[in-house]
Amino acid sequence: MDPVSKVSDYRKLEESVTLSTVEGPLGASGSDGASTELFTLNMGPHHPATHGVLRLLVTLEGEVVRDLKPIIGYLHTGIEKTAETKSYWKVIPVIERMDYLAYFFNSMAYCGAVETLLEVEVPKRAQYLRVIHMELNRIMSHLVWLGTAALDLGAMSMFWYCFRERETILDLFEQSTGQRMHTRYFQIGGVIEDIPVGFAAKLKYLTDEMPRRITQYEALLTKNEIVLQRLRNVGVVDEKTLLGLGVTGPLLRATGNPWDLRKAAPYCSYDDFDFKIPVGTVGDNYDRYRVRTAEMRESVKIIEQAMEGLPEGPHITEDRKIALPPRHELATSMEALIHHFKLVTEGFRVPAGEVYHPIESPRGELGCFVRSDGSSKPARVHMRDPSFVNLQSLSTMVEGSYIADLIATLAMLDPIIGGVDR
Amino acid sequence: MPDADGLEMLAQRIRDLRADAVIEVTHNHGQAMIEVAPDANREALVVLSEQGYSFLSSLHGVDYYPDEPRLGVHYQLLDMDRVDRVGVKLRVTLDDPAVASVVDLFPTADHHEREVYDMFGVVFEGHPDLRRILMPEDYQGHPQRRDFPTGGEPVIFTYNEPQTPGWTQ
Repeated sequence: MDPVSKVSDYRKLEESVTLSTVEGPLGASGSDGASTELFTLNMGPHHPATHGVLRLLVTLEGEVVRDLKPIIGYLHTGIEKTAETKSYWKVIPVIERMDYLAYFFNSMAYCGAVETLLEVEVPKRAQYLRVIHMELNRIMSHLVWLGTAALDLGAMSMFWYCFRERETILDLFEQSTGQRMHTRYFQIGGVIEDIPVGFAAKLKYLTDEMPRRITQYEALLTKNEIVLQRLRNVGVVDEKTLLGLGVTGPLLRATGNPWDLRKAAPYCSYDDFDFKIPVGTVGDNYDRYRVRTAEMRESVKIIEQAMEGLPEGPHITEDRKIALPPRHELATSMEALIHHFKLVTEGFRVPAGEVYHPIESPRGELGCFVRSDGSSKPARVHMRDPSFVNLQSLSTMVEGSYIADLIATLAMLDPIIGGVDR
Repeated sequence: MPDADGLEMLAQRIRDLRADAVIEVTHNHGQAMIEVAPDANREALVVLSEQGYSFLSSLHGVDYYPDEPRLGVHYQLLDMDRVDRVGVKLRVTLDDPAVASVVDLFPTADHHEREVYDMFGVVFEGHPDLRRILMPEDYQGHPQRRDFPTGGEPVIFTYNEPQTPGWTQ
């Protein structure tokens, strides 16, 4: 066959394709039996739409997902094992690298668990500073989710807008903690340093600007025809099934259950602030989107209140057996030098015991289990990461839907593979 | 958290079902914990979920090395209405690390139990798909045990590749 007629044959075939709606999987009416055959597709581990090194084994019938199995572990770094070889305060940097978009939350869960074991009092100012950083982190994490999820739906510009605001937040982190990510800012008993001069003004700029920016995102997406068609009534799972699967966070709140640990069991002075818990109604992908964007607004409110009412006082516990003494004391006080030496070489010892400290991360309940055997190193650190648990609900969400909706649902689930594999 | 009396009453309800089920009841740092016999975990969880603690928020594996019995499994239960938590734990020996699975009661336990099996070698009987989850499928040993060394595996680079013949197998 000469190449010219080959091309023209293809053109004829192309012209025969109509743009009318096809009910059911393509070619379902065919009598060859090929279209009703199940086949298994391997997605990932390196796939741009899986948000990290997640591998999905998808069984398809035509274009309809019949079964899905997540295969995880490609990003397993053994952080929990590493934590057992380090003294308590040196664990914080590795713990933060688990869920790499929620580093303040990881260290908060861990520090909270160790503080419970030590029964140490955290000063009020430190608690407020923690709240400010955690809520900034929540907005930052939701911005990354919004940008990448919109990218999966084909909205390229959202990605740039979201990352522009994320950069502003990361600049704030750099100013107060010295690092953009994995900051090691939260310490056992408080925070490592007070906020610097000029931080408050920059934060004020952000909290003034952020609601307007969120309104812009919503103007782009909320009533967007493509977003509505791709998200509404897709991936619906009822509340009872989600509770059985252990799902928490925005996914559970999208079904109408207002479970949020910040309200239900306030930690870290969250009961001082006035904020609402956004909930959805049906629990589809659109509700998940609405809940998260509404959460960003509430976080802005919390930050404003915390900055407004930021109490004076120490930013870390005065207990020198736990927290490092201030640098200037080392030159004048022998005691301070001894404490510094003991803390840096051996670390502090923690009384034997087991605690589970849950907090509300951007993705749900983030719990840290710490077991101490009385030495200066933890005997067991385990993170109950919400991504790890929430990922189990993916197959329930997508069974019976099209493979294109699988991508949208996975984006709305917002799993962070660093947290899944730890 | 239930107070000490409330916790004792919960434990009594488990004892009503099986007299020898509860080994110890502890209340430390404001956290309630009931230690049950290794074969009584399902009974205890059913009783507690009937009392409202129906959300399994977490499941951890613990290695109590050098104490015996070495391996531990912790269940963290949550009552969302009363905002109350209670823990259930059990301990098994290395020689007989069998624990009944609770996946049929709490579907969320699926990944957790696979992780504990992977990291500690606790065998959950009745689990529908008990395979390794985080470590590679052909991995030997259970790395989260306390006597498992860290850093024992050489990283293969081009310079030391010939020294480990057959590593691809």
